[in-house]
Amino acid sequence: MSEPSRDKKPSQVAEPKLLFESSSAGRSAVVWPAEETGAEEALPAALLRDDIAGFPELGELEVLRHFTRLSQRNFAIESQFYPLGSCTMKYNPKVNEVVARLPGFAQIHPLTDADLLQGALALLYHLEKMLAEISGMEQVSLQPSAGAQGELTGLMLIRACLADRGDPRQKIIVPDTAHGTNPASSTLCGYDVIQISSNARGVIDSAAVAEVMDPSVAAIMITNPNTLGLFETNIEAIAELVHDRGGMVYLDGANLNALMGIAKPGHMGVDVLHLNLHKTFSTPHGGGGPGAGPVAVNAQLRDYLPVPRVIKNGVRFELSEDAPKSVGRVRSYFGNFGVLVRAYTYILSLGGDGLEEVSRMALLNANYIRRQLETSYQIAYDEPCMHECIFTDRIQHRNGVSTLDIAKRLLDYGYHPPTIYFPLVVSGALMIEPTETETPETLDGFIEAMRAIAQEAKSDPELVKQAPHSTPVRRLDEARAARKPLLRWGPDAPSGD
Amino acid sequence: MRYTPHTPADQERMLRAIGIASVSELFQHIPQSLRERAKINLPDGMTELAVRRRLAALAVENVNAADWSFFLGGGIYNHFIPSAVDAMISRSEFATSYTPYQPEVSQGTLQALFEYQTLICQLTGMEVSNAAVYDGASAAAEAVLMARRIQPASRRRVLISRALHPQYRAVIATYLKNLVDIRLEEIPFDGTGGTDLDVLNERIGDQSMCVLVGYPNFFGVIEDLGQIKSACARVGAQLVSVTTEPLALALLKPPGDFAVDIAVGEGQSLGVPMSLGGPAFGFFTCQKQFVRNMPGRLVGATVDSEGRRGFVLTLATREQHIRREKATSNICTSQTLCALAATVYMSLLGKSGIRRIAEINLARAHDAKLQLIGQGKLSAVFSGPFFNEFVLRGEDLPQYISRCGGEKIIPGVPLDQWYPELRDCLLTCVTEMNEREEIDRLVRTIAG
Repeated sequence: MSEPSRDKKPSQVAEPKLLFESSSAGRSAVVWPAEETGAEEALPAALLRDDIAGFPELGELEVLRHFTRLSQRNFAIESQFYPLGSCTMKYNPKVNEVVARLPGFAQIHPLTDADLLQGALALLYHLEKMLAEISGMEQVSLQPSAGAQGELTGLMLIRACLADRGDPRQKIIVPDTAHGTNPASSTLCGYDVIQISSNARGVIDSAAVAEVMDPSVAAIMITNPNTLGLFETNIEAIAELVHDRGGMVYLDGANLNALMGIAKPGHMGVDVLHLNLHKTFSTPHGGGGPGAGPVAVNAQLRDYLPVPRVIKNGVRFELSEDAPKSVGRVRSYFGNFGVLVRAYTYILSLGGDGLEEVSRMALLNANYIRRQLETSYQIAYDEPCMHECIFTDRIQHRNGVSTLDIAKRLLDYGYHPPTIYFPLVVSGALMIEPTETETPETLDGFIEAMRAIAQEAKSDPELVKQAPHSTPVRRLDEARAARKPLLRWGPDAPSGD
Repeated sequence: MRYTPHTPADQERMLRAIGIASVSELFQHIPQSLRERAKINLPDGMTELAVRRRLAALAVENVNAADWSFFLGGGIYNHFIPSAVDAMISRSEFATSYTPYQPEVSQGTLQALFEYQTLICQLTGMEVSNAAVYDGASAAAEAVLMARRIQPASRRRVLISRALHPQYRAVIATYLKNLVDIRLEEIPFDGTGGTDLDVLNERIGDQSMCVLVGYPNFFGVIEDLGQIKSACARVGAQLVSVTTEPLALALLKPPGDFAVDIAVGEGQSLGVPMSLGGPAFGFFTCQKQFVRNMPGRLVGATVDSEGRRGFVLTLATREQHIRREKATSNICTSQTLCALAATVYMSLLGKSGIRRIAEINLARAHDAKLQLIGQGKLSAVFSGPFFNEFVLRGEDLPQYISRCGGEKIIPGVPLDQWYPELRDCLLTCVTEMNEREEIDRLVRTIAG
């Protein structure tokens, strides 16, 4: 493989202006026919504002060119391999996008009478059933907007159920490998957090749980496979222990892409979990949302799920608020319906057998990368990995090259870097999740680039430490951004020239 | 369908490289008791054609705004979306990228979010905007949590206007239920449809943490933010305004003009399809002095190692992935693609266009209200000023609604499901999508 150029491509040199720096007074891309309006007659002048100072004034082509040029300054799944660990950056099928834009899904209003929304309610009802089947749980709520809101919802269910038993508790056990949202959601739900350490093999021991599992603990939050890409092999014993001592088990289902058709959370002793539809079920990440984070529960938590619920009455679908034990609403309307339509389409497309194939190929791809790179990079835990594998920068560090440098150098080779410095328990972590939608040829290209960087780290460490060399901008001064936050354009903001 | 590209030969080659004989060996370490029961009992996959037909059949079972006349608001609005908006958010460079953790290859998303933050600040008149949260309801709940971080522990009473969107009030109650120091109190509305200022002045005090009002509120009424801010300022409570129809802010004095402390709302009106109420985004703004207490993502401008302008996620030490249980919020996303839609939408409309559309909403809504009342079958319920929604009462409301249904018109949202005292009342919304002819048809149909 030839080393990528250090020269700029001409198209990347021009710095795009901000919208506000390109305006011409009086220009607009939208024309509305003349009609009498007269705001001053309808409302007292004291209620009215002047024109919005600084608002852009552009033509349609200028707007399109602006955003098209911005888009070209992004890496994305459809242009680059994006092995971002724990994010499941798989292909987002086009059919999902076509379907979600049908007028019967995109142009419907949530406060329409249920009789006029039978198709949408049927879709919600069936999607709940499908997700329950895939996860091995009893019932599902599609309301949470994202994984973190699903976590919060799941903890609220636990809290409400324990309170009903007359046994309210104060603490949540969170392993040191957990996503940051787990402890943050616990706090938001009014709980204190106890952190426990994973063992030398990267998983949780029952003994570590037993030590802290006292009557003040409401639940343990476990991610399985965990963020080291390892299956929590003791999960059944841990669940039994927690249940015996009156607690519950929350499963962070962010990594469900490793488990479909291989193991069901419902059989592991899990009481409640959330699913990230934007990960396992192929809905686009959109540069950071929208996602959807349904929660799935077993029978004992069913009564506490949010309202409204979609129920089937004969052939008719209805909305029910009749759930006296419910924790209430966690968001307006029905959740991120447009995301739910895409996930439903994906599940129908693949079917039960196709979903199983997804997890099998996700494991195959991850293990292939793991094996091909283990001579160039130190593997964090020498255990069989599931859908992602974790390396460290230990070998490269001898030459002063860190994980951040490796990540930035990958950009020069045209690959999005893995997740870096997470989980926190691994020093200099590089967390690689290839997903099932990549060919071995793509993986080989990535492997070759990673090996080349390992070589460069020895022969020319400065090259790696100064990377990236070929991106639209080079390393950015994040300290300056945080020290003097400049969070909006204004007349006093630095210009783009 | 299959999106896994592996041929049998690929699999064989990869297995050989790994040093095993079958894919199943990769998960032999998972307990047998789990593996043997894991089969997913769902039908086999379908072709793309079959899937599209199945979904199209479900879609036609829903009444949509392309075929029917909607006079529906209540937090989600039927507005015109220029074609260019979907063209831009459909670009896979935006749609299939992740949260911009690697800024060198995410300048597109980062700059767009910086522009979004600026546009929202301009629209609301506020000093700082984050890069968006889930929806208007969670934005309102997060605003209360933020006020709790700012205000001393002696102030934990939250006064919420009963004229705030009922589902937002429900979400706030759910979010705060487990934080035992907080007390929620509702302030009634009066004959104007606005928050009862006398009651507010009576109840507000030195234990008040914050006051939440809609602007415009759930009845479409434009609250007197000046008076409400005075009441808050007198005792040191924070004022949170919650806007479900941000197009109104193109015409109305924005929250920033009243020194509102935290101004939040639902962004769907700004170029995002209704889509049964989601996904859209919640906007979240505040005064600069509170920025370090904000929830969610923030994008800031900086320079790269060669001095060129660039953008990064910043002030991340507030956030869950750094601060864990001490984070300002558990939120980990910013509805970015929906915020991008709003950015493109506002850019296309521009300064004159956004005001023009707001004026058309206002004019048609006022005209429709006059005409509907003029028929003598419906009467106005509230006297306060309104933007594009209003409440009408009619004794034969169910009959009018059913008559409208026969003409493929949905005349509004009945309010008694949330307000028993507003029996026979209808919340009607008129936007630029409702042509004058359509309004005439609504009036004629209700007249019978």
